[in-house]
Amino acid sequence: MTLLSVKDLRVGFGQDPAKNEIVKGVSFDLEAGETLAIVGESGSGKSVTALSINRLVDFGGGRIIGGSIHLTRADGSVLDVTQASEPVLEKIRGAEIGMIFQEPMTSLNPVLSIGTQIEESFRLHRGLTGRQATAAAKDALDRVRIPDAARRLRYAPNQLSGGMLQRVMIATALACNPRLLIADEPTTALDVTVQAQIMALLAELKRETGMGMIFITHDIGLVAGIADRVMVMQAGQAVEQGALDAVLDRPQHSYTKHLLSAVPHFESGRAARTDFKRKQGEAPALSVDGLTVRFKVKNGLFSRAQGAVHAVENVGFDLMPGETLAIVGESGSGKSTTARAILGLVKPTRGRFVTHKGSISDATDPATQMVFQNPYASLNPRLRIDSILAEPVIAAGGKVTNETREKMKALLQRVGLPEDSLERYPHQFSGGQRQRLCIARALMLNPSIVVLDEAVSALDVSVQAKVLELLVDLQKEFGLAYLFVSHDMAVVERIAHRIAVVYAGEIVEIGEAASVLSNPQHSYTKRLISAVPSIDRRNQRFEIDTRQVASLVRPPAYEPPEARWRDYGADHRARAEA
Amino acid sequence: MLRAIFSHPSGRIGGAIVLLYVVIALLGLFDLTPHDPLQQYRIDRLKAPSAVYWMGTDLFGRDVASRLMKGVGQSFLVGISAVAIASVAGTVLGLTAAWFGKLWDGLVMRVMDVLLAFPAILLALLIIAIAGPGTWTSVAAIAIVYTPIFTRVVRGPALSIKSREFVDAARTFGSSKTYILTRHLLLNLVAPLTVQVTLALAWSLLTEAGLSFLGLGTQPPASSLGLMLADSRNLMEKAPWLLIFPAIAIMISILGFNLLGDALRDILDPKTRSRTA
Repeated sequence: MTLLSVKDLRVGFGQDPAKNEIVKGVSFDLEAGETLAIVGESGSGKSVTALSINRLVDFGGGRIIGGSIHLTRADGSVLDVTQASEPVLEKIRGAEIGMIFQEPMTSLNPVLSIGTQIEESFRLHRGLTGRQATAAAKDALDRVRIPDAARRLRYAPNQLSGGMLQRVMIATALACNPRLLIADEPTTALDVTVQAQIMALLAELKRETGMGMIFITHDIGLVAGIADRVMVMQAGQAVEQGALDAVLDRPQHSYTKHLLSAVPHFESGRAARTDFKRKQGEAPALSVDGLTVRFKVKNGLFSRAQGAVHAVENVGFDLMPGETLAIVGESGSGKSTTARAILGLVKPTRGRFVTHKGSISDATDPATQMVFQNPYASLNPRLRIDSILAEPVIAAGGKVTNETREKMKALLQRVGLPEDSLERYPHQFSGGQRQRLCIARALMLNPSIVVLDEAVSALDVSVQAKVLELLVDLQKEFGLAYLFVSHDMAVVERIAHRIAVVYAGEIVEIGEAASVLSNPQHSYTKRLISAVPSIDRRNQRFEIDTRQVASLVRPPAYEPPEARWRDYGADHRARAEA
Repeated sequence: MLRAIFSHPSGRIGGAIVLLYVVIALLGLFDLTPHDPLQQYRIDRLKAPSAVYWMGTDLFGRDVASRLMKGVGQSFLVGISAVAIASVAGTVLGLTAAWFGKLWDGLVMRVMDVLLAFPAILLALLIIAIAGPGTWTSVAAIAIVYTPIFTRVVRGPALSIKSREFVDAARTFGSSKTYILTRHLLLNLVAPLTVQVTLALAWSLLTEAGLSFLGLGTQPPASSLGLMLADSRNLMEKAPWLLIFPAIAIMISILGFNLLGDALRDILDPKTRSRTA
């Protein structure tokens, strides 16, 4: 039975929707119980297509200007959503079409308990009140495997982690047993192990309830685990659609082929770089020893120290010239704090940095530069590009001369930007171009070490691949040492020579990239790697795992026990576990 | 920028009014008035508006139109100097409070809280009562009264810009504090500051008029809008033009600055820019 049939859907935005068309004639059918994955990059129209199905697009300023969306309702009647009136749509939203959004942290009202917010759905669509609604809400939380559901109902959203909140969102969306669930990038904001749990949950719920699902994602690796059919979108058009295996194994359209080949996919260490060998007796570009960062937790009337957050604990590594060391871990693991401590943005509690020039204490050393995660926030919007590129030179006490301008032009050309960029402002560039600008800025002072903090995470997948390529080329050309901080194993595999896995502030495993990725030894590394989505792992079943990261708050003067290491090869060691 | 103001509906009206006042104020300040504002035409005392005396004459036979122009000039001089001092002081305090934080932030903001706790005119009165009346004491009083508003307007956004990545990036280059504070923080605060300056000008004109009305601002025989209002009180029924023209002058000037402020807020706010541009 066809649950949803979309024919030649056209959606436009703005004053004149016909001129500003975002979705340009998309058609697809969805059977009951089937999952369709819509894959595309930002701006491809995938979210707008999905939002048109429950007409939420109207609230974002969009207008459906053509085509039809026929939804088979629970009573068997067929409704054209494009023609439906707002009161009818209100009945359909939630009751027949559920929706999950990308950011669970902002999708819930922070001042209401999660119980109240789930109950709302039952009150509106099923007319339940009081104790009945509470009981139904508890059942809903049980269904999404939230332990201790009765107590969690009284929690405010800020008391739950991102993964838990996304489960709450799913529970709310499923409250009325919708026949269709739209999931708009439901795991993009989550850590990879949490993502795996949410994906497993969605797959299980789909089997239990037999609902249809539209799953929107930019990550083609993720669709393998959940979709029956795949639709690839580019610039408002569906360029290819078909059964999962057909699209992934025999892509027809060039864009699908490009997505499958150019985009980094995780290949368990097979794609790791092998273009660097450590030479005997060479001095490291940067050597970090015993780096510890603790933040005091103060509490109470007189701000007594209650303990400390041990964000980074006794981290040490060597980084050779021309080598990339990737620091991988999930949010809160201390990987960014490590990078920031090396650059002096956070004051380390203890620890020593040694470069080939001797011991340094912070970042004013022009030999170390950094590229940040968010290219939209790391360039001052009010400064022209020539001022932005001149800043490191001025900061180092230099003058902006003709020579400096020549260098700017040369660097811009090297990172693949037009020469006239100097007279422009940051907002005139796309995300990928901005990140190229940031890279050019970091290279202005001929550094020997570049710290890349999630440098490609905010970019679209195909742009990501190109920026990674650029980084590898620059590394070979200038002999740069990279410290690459990332949560994305697929990206790390493409750029790292060595990998350090951090968990709860400590390095748990470090070694040669291929060896760590193909043969992980520490239980956390194993868990992390098995959670990475991959097109090879088709319809794999994930175990639902509700373990949470342990609290990093320790009592005052706490010292962790000495780490014991075990070697698993020439350059691969992991912490021994209790 | 000018084109943006004049293509915005309330900006067009506000901009035109402010421009007109600036011209009147300049004419008044450089004594380019129809008559000498201090000359007493004894025969023509309390004359109604006519072709010779556009807005009539006052009790001493002085030309109201000339005194009004001189008064607008005087009010603008006081208002603009006070706002200039307040905005510079407030910006410096707000920026340093946001940047250095901790003790300095606490100290600055608590002092500002205390100043804000008083109604504006009452605080100005207090300051003048201590320092004695006069043009420059009223400038100082108005500047002190409006400094806390600028401090707050600057500190809030400065705190959020401080945590943006481009400031972190600047710190990794080792950029100097002055460079970061001016190029990264201040430059991004130009929009809210411009709006605030326009609105503060309207309030300070009103405060100046209030102080002069109470006899604590500009001293006779010099003229100011507030002073003219005060003088007209006893003659309100006999010579209403003495009251009406200065009152309308105050009202329209404040309307003009408020409209211009609203327009600037729309134009400089990136969220509404697309609609008006």
